[in-house]
Amino acid sequence: MIDALSNRSGWVGPWTLLKKELLRFWRVSFQTVAAPVITALLYLLIFSHVLDKHVQVYDGVAYTEFLIPGLIMMSVLQNAFANSSSSLIQSKVMGNIVFVLLTPLTHLQFFMAFLIAAIIRGLVVGLCIYLVAMWFVDLTVANPWMIIAFGLLGSALLGTFGIIAGIWADRFDQMAAFQNFIIMPLSFLSGVFYSIHSLPPFWQKISHLNPFFYMIDGFRYGFFGKGDVSPVFSLLIVGASFLVLALITLKMLKSGYKLRS
Amino acid sequence: MNHPAIHIQGVHKNFGALQALNGIDLAIEQGEFFALLGPNGAGKSTLINILAGLIAPTAGSISVMGFDVQKQYQQARQLLGVVPQELVFDPFFNVREMLRFQAGYFGLGRENDAWVDEVLEGLGLADKAHTNMRKLSGGMKRRALIAQALAHKPPVIVLDEPTAGVDVELRQMLWEFIKKLNRDGHTIILTTHYLEEAETLCSRVGMMKQGKVVALDSTANLLNKFSGKHLRLTLGDVRLPHDVERLVRHVENGIYTFALTDMIQIEFVLSSLRASGIKVIDMQLNEADLEDVFLSLVGNVAVEQPLMANHHE
Repeated sequence: MIDALSNRSGWVGPWTLLKKELLRFWRVSFQTVAAPVITALLYLLIFSHVLDKHVQVYDGVAYTEFLIPGLIMMSVLQNAFANSSSSLIQSKVMGNIVFVLLTPLTHLQFFMAFLIAAIIRGLVVGLCIYLVAMWFVDLTVANPWMIIAFGLLGSALLGTFGIIAGIWADRFDQMAAFQNFIIMPLSFLSGVFYSIHSLPPFWQKISHLNPFFYMIDGFRYGFFGKGDVSPVFSLLIVGASFLVLALITLKMLKSGYKLRS
Repeated sequence: MNHPAIHIQGVHKNFGALQALNGIDLAIEQGEFFALLGPNGAGKSTLINILAGLIAPTAGSISVMGFDVQKQYQQARQLLGVVPQELVFDPFFNVREMLRFQAGYFGLGRENDAWVDEVLEGLGLADKAHTNMRKLSGGMKRRALIAQALAHKPPVIVLDEPTAGVDVELRQMLWEFIKKLNRDGHTIILTTHYLEEAETLCSRVGMMKQGKVVALDSTANLLNKFSGKHLRLTLGDVRLPHDVERLVRHVENGIYTFALTDMIQIEFVLSSLRASGIKVIDMQLNEADLEDVFLSLVGNVAVEQPLMANHHE
């Protein structure tokens, strides 16, 4: 009985937490995967119907083609955020977060499990939208590595942001405020539906302060080989933002901020 | 075996201006069945939360089998199973899944399934193994909560008010199972409002009041020290003589309970009543129990209320 300390493997703990986080959203995949896919497809249907004949952003790229990568990336980002933030706020409000807090899992293992689950949820939703959209439009792929890099880093960034929001928020309405006043405006004003070059100079400058803009633009570059700014620059911005947020999150978790008050 | 199961040294905890814990020193040896008693607000749950690593102490330290709960939290938590007081659950999963996850967080895989089955069986949850946590009744949720704390077979088990709102049948079952674990060598620490439970189960008792340990001894010694008796007299609506009234501990519906330290006092009470012309309708004499010890140490009116309420549940 006292050998309780000897017979355990270092990977089983964090892997179990990741598996639980994945099962959590997969059990309700109708709401966590199907619903965002439908939403994105409705945007696609409506905007392409209204604008396809009237707007051309890049030469030789129809508006619908232009729109799809933006919609995919927006859904990846929103769902990565939703996964970690809603899982944390739910277990905090329900109180069952205590089951994880009582375990020997380290703050790094805790972070990694929630992060990877968020990335996977984001990418699964994005992939589903891509697969459905392929039925309607032939999308070129100029640089698959950029698509993968921005998909991974973007979902990691928003997954981390979701962990911060989930730790910080005490109630569902505070979380809703996060969604509605930060995530939604930033994602809608990031150039998903338009190129920021079509904006007046002042708003172009403002858009450059929006981290979502770099993620959308870089991700789109992977498809068309064209973007509003250099994809390497965007990658650096997104990577640096991720590192900063990850360090903040790890510090919060290590200090026990709000979780072990 | 040289380390105590739990070693609490000089633990203080302040919440702002409130001193929740005021210098707790306590060692619980391996294999003990220990009761931690005290009125609401005495600091029992705060102490358990520090032990479990859910809050940090303002000063002092706690170790579990020699491992500091802050500096060596991984080893300390591995050795510790804590049943939370609040009835919390994860609505996404069924009982067996939750137990597998819980053991998994502690690094245990399928090799632990036999133990999970034993816990399910011991707590009468076997036929609910595939039921979603959400669909369990309150009593069943409580069992699942206890099972979760036991999932990684911790050598030190802390039960914080495990029988609150639990029916008699489950209480019996739970205690049989916990007693078996104790016989197998697990250390058990129990906080409870049901003092009879602590009296029958625990070999040693610590009593807390206002963030301090006010009594710490074997259950037998504590009871011996308070070798008084209870005299319950049914008198009806009467006015007691002053020197008798000061012995009254509790009055309800004309039934007066006197706390006596000596058998000679029985004669004194009865003759006093006779002299005042008060008739004794019925009479009962009981041994002192842990509640007397508890009340004499921590007792005041504010404390008695919830205790009495519990007795009539």
